[in-house]
Amino acid sequence: MAPVRGDGMRGLAVFISDIRNCKSKEAEVKRINKELANIRSKFKGDKTLDGYQKKKYVCKLLFIFLLGHDIDFGHMEAVNLLSSNKYSEKQIGYLFISVLVNTNSDLIRLIIQSIKNDLQSRNPVHVNLALQCIANIGSRDMAESFSNEIPKLLVSGDTMDVVKQSAALCLLRLFRSSPDIIPGGEWTSRIIHLLNDQHMGVVTAATSLIDALVKRNPDEYKGCVNLAVSRLSRIVTASYTDLQDYTYYFVPAPWLSVKLLRLLQNYNPVTEEPGVRARLNETLETILNKAQEPPKSKKVQHSNAKNAVLFEAINLIIHSDSEPNLLVRACNQLGQFLSNRETNLRYLALESMCHLATSEFSHEEVKKHQEVVILSMKMEKDVSVRQMAVDLLYAMCDRANAEEIVQEMLNYLETADYSIREEMVLKVAILAEKYATDYTWYVDVILNLIRIAGDYVSEEVWYRVIQIVINREEVQGYAAKTVFEALQAPACHENMVKVGGYILGEFGNLIAGDSRSAPLVQFKLLHSKYHLCSPMTRALLLSTYIKFINLFPEIRTNIQEVFRQHSNLRSADAELQQRASEYLQLSIVASTDVLATVLEEMPSFPERESSILTVLKKKKPGRVPENEIRESKSPAPTSVVQNNTHVNHNKLNSNANADLLGLSTPPSNNVNNTNNTLIDVLGDIYGNNNAAVYNTKKFLFKNNGVLFENEMLQIGVKSEFRQNLGRLGLFYGNKTQVALSNFNPVLQWSAEDALKLNVQMKAVEPTLEAGAQIQQLLTAECIEDYADAPTIEISFRYNGTQQKFSIKLPLSVNKFFEPTEMNAESFFARWKNLSGEQQRSQKVFKAQQPLDLPGARNKLMGFGMQLLDNVDPNPDNMVCAGIIHTQTQQVGCLLRLEPNKQAQMFRLTIRASKETVTREICDLLSDQF
Amino acid sequence: MMLFMLLFSRQGKLRLQKWYMAYPDKVKKKITRELVTTILARKPKMCSFLEWKDCKIVYKRYASLYFCCAIEQNDNELLTLEIIHRYVELLDKYFGSVCELDIIFNFEKAYFILDELLIGGEIQETSKKNVLKAIASQDLLQEDEAVEGTLRDIGLL
Repeated sequence: MAPVRGDGMRGLAVFISDIRNCKSKEAEVKRINKELANIRSKFKGDKTLDGYQKKKYVCKLLFIFLLGHDIDFGHMEAVNLLSSNKYSEKQIGYLFISVLVNTNSDLIRLIIQSIKNDLQSRNPVHVNLALQCIANIGSRDMAESFSNEIPKLLVSGDTMDVVKQSAALCLLRLFRSSPDIIPGGEWTSRIIHLLNDQHMGVVTAATSLIDALVKRNPDEYKGCVNLAVSRLSRIVTASYTDLQDYTYYFVPAPWLSVKLLRLLQNYNPVTEEPGVRARLNETLETILNKAQEPPKSKKVQHSNAKNAVLFEAINLIIHSDSEPNLLVRACNQLGQFLSNRETNLRYLALESMCHLATSEFSHEEVKKHQEVVILSMKMEKDVSVRQMAVDLLYAMCDRANAEEIVQEMLNYLETADYSIREEMVLKVAILAEKYATDYTWYVDVILNLIRIAGDYVSEEVWYRVIQIVINREEVQGYAAKTVFEALQAPACHENMVKVGGYILGEFGNLIAGDSRSAPLVQFKLLHSKYHLCSPMTRALLLSTYIKFINLFPEIRTNIQEVFRQHSNLRSADAELQQRASEYLQLSIVASTDVLATVLEEMPSFPERESSILTVLKKKKPGRVPENEIRESKSPAPTSVVQNNTHVNHNKLNSNANADLLGLSTPPSNNVNNTNNTLIDVLGDIYGNNNAAVYNTKKFLFKNNGVLFENEMLQIGVKSEFRQNLGRLGLFYGNKTQVALSNFNPVLQWSAEDALKLNVQMKAVEPTLEAGAQIQQLLTAECIEDYADAPTIEISFRYNGTQQKFSIKLPLSVNKFFEPTEMNAESFFARWKNLSGEQQRSQKVFKAQQPLDLPGARNKLMGFGMQLLDNVDPNPDNMVCAGIIHTQTQQVGCLLRLEPNKQAQMFRLTIRASKETVTREICDLLSDQF
Repeated sequence: MMLFMLLFSRQGKLRLQKWYMAYPDKVKKKITRELVTTILARKPKMCSFLEWKDCKIVYKRYASLYFCCAIEQNDNELLTLEIIHRYVELLDKYFGSVCELDIIFNFEKAYFILDELLIGGEIQETSKKNVLKAIASQDLLQEDEAVEGTLRDIGLL
């Protein structure tokens, strides 16, 4: 036991022994409760306790706390001890406060004066005790109370080194909670110059502080780069005897080296001065060289410390991404580690190589290690290492090695750990899509995925294969043939049935010529799986069957029979029931032509980033190794990387993306509206993206639907309009597992605007329970025509964080349109009447790809005006008429939309009796077709 | 920056906990439970590093005690192992071939030593000699006080 100790506390030791001797949990609890009662009575008793007793009891409380019990008293006694003159008591008081007091406790105010006293002590042991306590608590209160003392302690010439060290880290801790604590100006250079301090301990502590300050303000602290490079260079070239006790197992100052290397990673390029740059490169080379030297000790501590510095140097090399020579050397070094005896090293080498794989200078070099990495994926004993190998394979994959890597990953998937399967499936799916030169290969890979790991194939994956097959004509026949073959397996995964059902429904005709896959064979094959499937899949199969009726009229009766079956026509599942009966009627009533139109082949999906990638990114935020080679960074001076602003910038970006997503409604959604039930399987692909879906523009053309949706909240809207009045119901649905509190929608519509459109909104309950939906009613009265539409700002608290977003309400002026029927003669008469400069407005714009005339007609019909047929001599042109009802007047309005198929353009002309209306309608509609 | 350090026994008993981030007590208990279970389930020779939530876990077993640290994504794993080792060395030197019992009975000392090594989750002093010197001067103060107290008790002061 301890050779030197202050004064032991016998009572404490006895109590601990007692606890250890307890035979059962119950006995332990009993003993603890007894002790708590005893301590409580001592603290409350009349007899004043001396310092030793207080100390002993407070220690017992601490011990009880460490055993996992809650302690709700003793704080005042601890505060007393803390202000004691005796160091041994003071120390225990400080310990209790550090371990048990939360940052926002009222107690903190009680101890601030004592801490101040200790900070002024001449004994460094006392000062450090105070500094450690401030750092342990680290609250804003602390920062405010000591914002003068601590920076002074740090740079003052009188301060002892041990105190400086503590002060630097204490200041860092406070800076993290209150960034304004750091004085600027002349302090900056004094802090930076701590890097030159004689005392290695001071430099080590100060480097941590400077690293944090640089992150906040890189320009102001730029001076640290030169000092850091030269300090690092001196350490690296030092012999291990030079640094005495700061050498750790023959490695000179590994902690300081790593910290300096980290510090330099805040800048890119690290430096613009050629001299400093050369010195840094030389230093990095020395570190790489040392890795090749024989070890000075067999101890793992030696190799760990040495390699810690090496890995950090490699991080800096990767971060700079400008020295091909260093990158290649780093890669070779890591390659050696891949077959090292130490699991830790193999793991780190794989991780580091993931980054090297994304540099254009070292990508090829990393690929040389492909075989070893594949072996790691298969052979490593530890799943986290195998996972890292998978990550690296993903990162190093490119067109040249994609087939091999994907194949290896597929092979491994058969035996892979359950914990990593889902992620692997996503990765394979992404690589197969990204590097497919031949889409038949892609189809094979995905079907293999479903076969091998069907349970882990998420919706996004199988949606995506369908999108791709639909968009690529050349692969459709092959896809049909392959799924047909795959479905012949006696047991096939439900996901396979879904993909098979969908693809055969669309492209079954392409293989129907072969008697082995004749229509009836296809149908029977699919239907043999029907009863084993979930209702969702059955619904999909019913859609496939009706498509079959269109494709293969000869098996119509077989299919109608299925629709007629009790289990379908009277299914307990409303969706199945509805589909069966509707499809049955459709197959009876509709003529071949109608059937062919309704069941026309699916139009192409808009090209966009794979939604699978989004899922992968979401699964592992910040850690997905990119499968993307970075542009090399030009060595020319570029602006300094500002970490903080960088992060903000990203956030802004992602918001912007989310908005864009909402504004540019993918055309498929519109198609979706027109032939509703048949393609609903894919209908919510975009809804599943998890990004906020925000559909205001769509609501120009419709009154009901989902207005907004993110992970937490769904907002539906239902509205109706008559003359100049409108009623709007907003339905807020809480999608989370917890209640949303302070729920508060606020209307954003200026008083000036309100004179034109008066909107009244009923209040809602401030709490939206988990899974619940509430309704909010709005009424709108159009007094005069207006531009734009009101916004609603919704704020609430979710899991303790404030959420806020704004959504435009579907209340644009066109909602007050009344459609007007008229013939060609009166249309053109009015058209000519409205030929004044202020009565006309025109825009020419590029059509959304591809130019979609039926879609445009649908939109116009939903817009509120009357779409007039047989009016315009050119049948492609669309003309409309309507009246906007306001309280003050009625504004007649005519519209003409002229497509130019060759140029893929539209010309939109609006004529109305009021200039503001002309402009607003034109603005609302431009770019919508 | 280190987020927290936990010491626990092979039986899963927590022996020391040091938190460098302010977590509510409930969360602390949950984290501890989860990590103890996860790490005890791992086999020897497995990697000492784990991806866990948004941080990295570095752990190592010394005799019957597990030392487990959580660090941030960018922190150096290998060097964190050596922080653990340095701490073990310090305990060993102070207690003279330290064992679990020393830490149980003298948990306050274990805390004081840790406070000299790390502040706010950053390494403060890497020199073994300097840390031991700091602890020794703490002990010296205590002893002086003890002597003084005894003298006072017997009426010599």
